[in-house]
Amino acid sequence: MEALKQELKEKIIDVLNLEDIKLEEINDNDALFGDGLGLDSIDALELIVMLDKDYGIKLVDPKEGKVIFKSIETMAAYIKENRAK
Amino acid sequence: MRKTYINGLGCISVQETFDTIFLEKAEINENDTILPVKTPVYKDFISPVAIRRMAKGVKNGIVASAMAMKEANVSTVDAIITGTGMGCIEDSEKFLKAIIDNKEEFLTPTSFIQSTHNTVGAQIALGLQCKAYNLTYVNGSISFESALLDAKMKIEEEEANIILVGGIDENADYTTSLFKLAGFIKRENEGPYKVLNATTKGAVYGEGATFFVLENEKKSTTYAEILDVEIINKLDVNEVESKCSAFLEANGLQVSDIDTIVLGFNGDVEFDPYYKILSENSFKNTPQAFYKQLSGEYNTASAFGLWVGAKIIKTQEVPEIISVNNLEKPAYKTILLYNQYKGIDHSFTLISKC
Repeated sequence: MEALKQELKEKIIDVLNLEDIKLEEINDNDALFGDGLGLDSIDALELIVMLDKDYGIKLVDPKEGKVIFKSIETMAAYIKENRAK
Repeated sequence: MRKTYINGLGCISVQETFDTIFLEKAEINENDTILPVKTPVYKDFISPVAIRRMAKGVKNGIVASAMAMKEANVSTVDAIITGTGMGCIEDSEKFLKAIIDNKEEFLTPTSFIQSTHNTVGAQIALGLQCKAYNLTYVNGSISFESALLDAKMKIEEEEANIILVGGIDENADYTTSLFKLAGFIKRENEGPYKVLNATTKGAVYGEGATFFVLENEKKSTTYAEILDVEIINKLDVNEVESKCSAFLEANGLQVSDIDTIVLGFNGDVEFDPYYKILSENSFKNTPQAFYKQLSGEYNTASAFGLWVGAKIIKTQEVPEIISVNNLEKPAYKTILLYNQYKGIDHSFTLISKC
C-alpha cells in the first residue's frame, strides 16, 4: 500500500505537470481538489484516464470520482480493491 | 482614415530581447541548426496554476503580450489578433503521439485543449478577461503580416482603438526532425552557418513570440507609424524589384526615401536571391539590416523583423550585428521590411518615425 501511494504521488506530479511540488509535500490525507493541491476539473479528467490506462479501472459513475479522488489515501484504497492491471 | 501607431513591444526570442534596450546582449550562434528561445521568468507573468498546462509557445506569447501592454500602458484592448505558422505544435505532437502510442484510447484533455493554433490568442484573452474580437491567422510565412494588416484596417475603419497583435511559433522535436528530412533545416556538420553569402540549402530554425500594441493615437511610448502592409503569395525573383517600387510608389515614396531596408535573409542559397536582388541593385546605397542570424527562421520571424525596424526608429541606430553593408544615415525615419519564405509568402511592410 505504501508503495502504491508513493507511485500515485509520482504519477500525479508527472501527469498533471505539478513542477513545483515535491513528493514529500503531498501528504496521504491532503485534499487533492480545492484547498489542498488545488486540482481542477481538467485534472479530474486526467486522473480518470490515468486510472483506466495504468490500473484498468473504468469509472462509469462520475459521482464516484468525488470520493475516490478525495486524497492519495482514498485513491490508493480504491485502486487496491479494483485494479485489473 | 485614422493612423496606426506602434505604442508598445514585447519580444521573446532566441536572443535576450527582454530587459534590454536593443540587441546589446545579442550573440550569433553559427554552430547549431535549431535555436531555442531565451526564456524569461514565466512565473513573474503567469500564475503557477495556469502555467503548468502551457507549452512554451503559449507562455512566450502571454509574456510578450504582457510586456507590450505594460510598455504601452494599456490594461485592456479592443482586439487580439495573432499570427502563427505552426501553432502550438508541441502539444499537437503530444496529443498525436498519445493517439498512436495508446491505440486511440486513453486520450487526455490537456494537450488537446492546448494544441490548437488559436490557443495563444485565447489564453491571452482569458488572462485579460477580454471578450473582444479575437482572431488567429495561419497563413505560412505571412501569418503575422495577415494579422498586422487586419489590425491596421480595424484601426483605419474605426472599429478598434487599441489592438494587441503578435506572431508566435515554437519548435517541437518531431516536426523539426521532419523539417530536417525535408531539407528545410540545414544539415548537421555543415557549419558554421552564416546567413549572408551562404552556400548551402535550408535555414537555421528558431522560435519566438513578438507582440505589438497598436493604437490610433500617438503617445510618449510611440515607436513608429505603420504606413502600409502588402502581402503577395508568389513572385519570381525578377519581379521583386518592380513590386517593391510599386509598393513604395503607392505610398508616395521612392527608394531614396528609405533610410533602412530590413531584409529576411535566412542563409538558404536557393531563395536568398530574392533578397540579393534588392540588396545589390535598388537598395545598394541604402543602409540594410538583416535579423534571422539572431532570430532563426520560423513562420513568424518577420514579427521579429518588425521589432527590429521599430527599435531602429526608436534608438536611431542600426547595431553592427544586424548591419548588412555598414552604410549609415544621419537619421532613420522611414524603414521598409521585405520577407519571403521559399519563394512564396512575400510581404512588404513600411513604417515611419512620427
